[in-house]
Amino acid sequence: MESILKDRQKQVLTKGTDSHELSCDKSSLAGSVSQRACVFCGSRVVLYPIADALHLVHGPIGCAAYTWDIRGALSSGPQIHRLSFSTDIKEQQVVFGGEKTLKKALLELITAYNPKAAFVYSTCIVDLIGDDVESVCKEVTKISGVEVITVQAPGFAGTKKDGYKVACDSLMKLVGTKGTNQTIPNSINIIGDFNLAGELYLLRDYYEKMGVHIVATITGDGRVDDIRQSHKAALNIVQCSGSMSNLAMQMEKKYQIPNMRVSYFGIEDMSDALYGVARFFDNQEMMEKAIDLVKNEVSDLLPKLAFYKKALKGKKAAIYVGGAFKAISLIKALRMIGVKTVVVGSQTGNKEDYLTMKNLSDEGTILVDDTNPLELTQLVKQTNTDILIGGVKERPIAYKLGLGFCDHNHERKLALAGYEGMLNFAKEIYATAMSPVFQFTKNK
Amino acid sequence: MEKTTETSEKNFTSTRNACKVCTPLGASIVFKGVEGCVPLIHGSQGCATYIRRYLISHYKEPVDIASTNFSEETAIFGGEKNLFIALKNVTKQYNPKIIGIATTCLSEVIGDDMRKIIYKYKTESGTNIPELVFVNTPSFMGTHMNGFHDTVSSLVSNFATKNQNQHSINIFPGFLSPADLQHLKEILEDVSIKAIMVPDYSDILDNEYTGEYEKLPKGGTTIEELKQTANAKASVEFGYILNKSNPQTKSAAEFLKSNFNVPRINLNIPIGIKATDAFFDALKKITNNKTPEKYTKQRGKLIDAYVDGHKYVFEKKAVVYGEEDFVVAIISFLEEIGIETVLCASGGNSGLLKQIIQEKINPSSKIQIHDNFDFEEIATVCKEIKPDILIGNSKGYYIARELGIPLARVGFPIHDRLGGSRIKHIGYEGTQALFDLIANTLIQQMQENSPVGYKYM
Repeated sequence: MESILKDRQKQVLTKGTDSHELSCDKSSLAGSVSQRACVFCGSRVVLYPIADALHLVHGPIGCAAYTWDIRGALSSGPQIHRLSFSTDIKEQQVVFGGEKTLKKALLELITAYNPKAAFVYSTCIVDLIGDDVESVCKEVTKISGVEVITVQAPGFAGTKKDGYKVACDSLMKLVGTKGTNQTIPNSINIIGDFNLAGELYLLRDYYEKMGVHIVATITGDGRVDDIRQSHKAALNIVQCSGSMSNLAMQMEKKYQIPNMRVSYFGIEDMSDALYGVARFFDNQEMMEKAIDLVKNEVSDLLPKLAFYKKALKGKKAAIYVGGAFKAISLIKALRMIGVKTVVVGSQTGNKEDYLTMKNLSDEGTILVDDTNPLELTQLVKQTNTDILIGGVKERPIAYKLGLGFCDHNHERKLALAGYEGMLNFAKEIYATAMSPVFQFTKNK
Repeated sequence: MEKTTETSEKNFTSTRNACKVCTPLGASIVFKGVEGCVPLIHGSQGCATYIRRYLISHYKEPVDIASTNFSEETAIFGGEKNLFIALKNVTKQYNPKIIGIATTCLSEVIGDDMRKIIYKYKTESGTNIPELVFVNTPSFMGTHMNGFHDTVSSLVSNFATKNQNQHSINIFPGFLSPADLQHLKEILEDVSIKAIMVPDYSDILDNEYTGEYEKLPKGGTTIEELKQTANAKASVEFGYILNKSNPQTKSAAEFLKSNFNVPRINLNIPIGIKATDAFFDALKKITNNKTPEKYTKQRGKLIDAYVDGHKYVFEKKAVVYGEEDFVVAIISFLEEIGIETVLCASGGNSGLLKQIIQEKINPSSKIQIHDNFDFEEIATVCKEIKPDILIGNSKGYYIARELGIPLARVGFPIHDRLGGSRIKHIGYEGTQALFDLIANTLIQQMQENSPVGYKYM
C-alpha cells in the first residue's frame, strides 16, 4: 500500500490475511497528518462539560480559541463551561514569567463568574518558561475559597490519551471531598458520557426508571459538588473507556468502588448497560423494570428499524472515531441495520480494544490505529466503502470521494445514544446513503 | 461631537472568548495558497490538528497540515530530529513542490534555529527535495493576521529574484475569501494585466468535486511566480495595518520596494464604491486602459441598489468586529451607505486601528474603536448601546442570540453556516452582495418585529 508510511505498517491489519498484532499506543509519526490532537486536547475534552466550573487555559491564545464551545456537551443548569478563558500570554510573560498574570486572571474571573471550582490548564510553553502553576493555584484557592485545580497538560507530553489521564488525575482531586464515606445503596456514577446533544438525559431517565440512584455524572452535565461526593456511589459505569476508565480505576483503588464498562450505542450494548447494573445489584425488582423498559423500547424501535435495515442492506461502512469502545458498538449497531463494517479504527484504542474489534469483525475487515487522511482514503477506496463514520476532520475525506458521512464525534447535534439514539443513527445513515445528490458523484 | 472614545481600562486580565486566533493558523492559510505546498507546523500535534479542524469547519474542504509532533524528548533536546523525520515523511506521502514550515510558541521558546536546521537538512538530503520555506510564528506575538502577512513576506523574500523586468503586477490581497480571490482574478484578467497573486487559495480552499481526495489540490501561486515578484511593474497591496504591529517586519510589498524597487500601491481592501473606485483607478494608471464596461455597469447597478435600499439602512447602528484591516474596510463601506458604526472591535493589537480609521475614513458619527478586544467585551458594549445589527464572523452569534440582534455573517470564520468560502466581499459585485445581505437582514428584523407582518417592503 503506497499511502501507508513504512513506520505505520504495523498499525494496519486485515482480518484473515495479516498475522501481526495491531500495533497501537504509539505517539504519532512526525510528518503524518494525524487526526489526533495533543495532551491538552485530551484533558480539555474530558473536563470541558463540567458546567459550574471555570476553565482557564494558561498559555497563548490558540489553545483556548480552538476549544471555545467545541463540544456539544449540554448542561441542564449553569453554562460557565461554554465560555473560553485564556491568560493569552505574550512575549512579556514568556520572558518574565506568567504567574502574576495567572493569579490576577483567576481572581478576577472567580469574582465575576462565581464558579464552584476552577481548572487551570497548563499548556506547552508554561512548562518551559517555568511557571509554578501549582503554587499559584494553591494561593488563589486560599484567597478565594474556591478550589483551583491544576491540569498539567503541556501538549507535547504524550498523546491525546495521556491527556485523558491528566484529566482523571485532576478529577481525583475533587472526588471524595464532600459528604461522608457511606455508600448509597443502588447508586451509580455515570462516567464517560459527555451529554452530547442531551444523551445523558436519556440515560438518566432509563436508570431512574429502574430505581437506580445517580450520584454523579462525570463529566456530562457535570457539577463540581456531585463529583466531590461521587465516592459514595456503589458502582461506576464507564463509557468511552479510552478517556475515563483511568478515573474508575483510581476510584476503585482509593474507595473500593467496582466498575463496569458499558456502551450506550446500539440496542444490544444499551440493553446490556441496563441489565448489567441490575445484575450487579442483584435486585430482582430492578431487573424486572429493566426488562420491561427494554421490551417497551425495543418493541417500539424494531419495527421502525426494519424499514432502514431493508433499505440499507448490503451497504458498506468505514468507522474511524476517537475511542475504540465506540467503534466496537458501532460495528454492532451497523450490523443491526444491515450495514457491513469494512474498515474500523480509532485514534486511541489499546491492544485489548483492537482484539475485541477483530473478533467482532468479518473476515477481510481492515483494522487501523491512528490513521491519516491519505491512508484512510486508500482504505475506503480499496474496500468500496459507501459510508464513512467519523468526526469533522474525516468529513471532507468522505465528501471528496463521493461517500456518505455520519458525524459521530463530539460536535454532533443529534443524540445517538440509547434507543432513541439508535433510531436517529439509522436515520442519519439512511439520509446519507440515500440522498439523490450522490447521483452526480458516481460518474467521476 | 466627539468622534472617538478612548479604550477603557481592561476589567479582565484574561481574554474571554477571543476575537482572534493564533499566528500559525494565518501561516497555514497562506501556505495553502501556494501551488503544491504542504504546511508543516513545528510543534505539538495539537497545533496542527486544531488548526485543521478550525479551517475545515470554515472552508468545508480538506486542509492537510502536517505536524512535527513534539514529544517531551523533543522539547528538551530540540526539534531538529523530528523536523527531519517530518520533512521526509511529508515528502514521501505528498511529493510536494514546497513544504511551508511554521514555527509555534513551543519551538520558539526552546530556541530552535530554523535557518540552521533547514540548511543542515538541505545539505544532507541533496538536491532532490522540495523547496523549504519557514516563517517564525510564535503564537505569543500577534494574531493570525501577523502569521498571515509574515508568511506572505517570507515566501516573497525567499524566492523573489531580480532578472528581466516584466509587465506583470503583484497583488497582495490579504486575508480574503476564496470567492474574493476568484473575483479579483477575474477583474485582473478583464483589465488585461498579468498579475501574480500571493497567496492564491481561490481553488485550493474551494475545490470542485473530482471524486478524489486530492493530496495537493490544483491551483495556487507557483514558485516561478514568486520568483517573478521582484520584476513586476508594481505591487498592489490591500490593507493598511498588515503586519505593522511588529516594527521589525515588512509587508511583502514593502520588501519588494526596498529590495527591488518595485513601486508599492497600498490600498484599502476594496469594499464599497469608494474603495473599489480607488482600486480600479490604480489599475487604470498601471495599464493605461479604461475600466471595462462590465465594471462601470456593475458600479452603476450598485449605485442603483444603494438608492433602492437607502432608507432601510440609514442611521442604523452597527457593531463591526474581526481582523483590523477587515473592519477598516467594512466601516468605510458602511459610512457610504449611512449606517453608523457604533462599535468597531478587533482582537488584533497593532496599536494602529484608531489612527488608521481616523486618518483614512474619518467617520461621521460617534464610534467606539477598540483593539485587543474580545467577544465578552463586545457583548458588554452591545448591551449598553443596543445596536441594530452585528456585522462579523459567526463567533458573534451567541451575542446576537442573547440580545435578539440580527447578525450579518461576513469574514472568517463562518462555522455555523454553509458557504463561508463563497461569501463575496470585494469589488462592486462583492459590495452588492454585502449591501443586499445587510439591508435584507435589517428588513427581515423589521418584518419579524412588525405586529401585522407585511407582503411588500
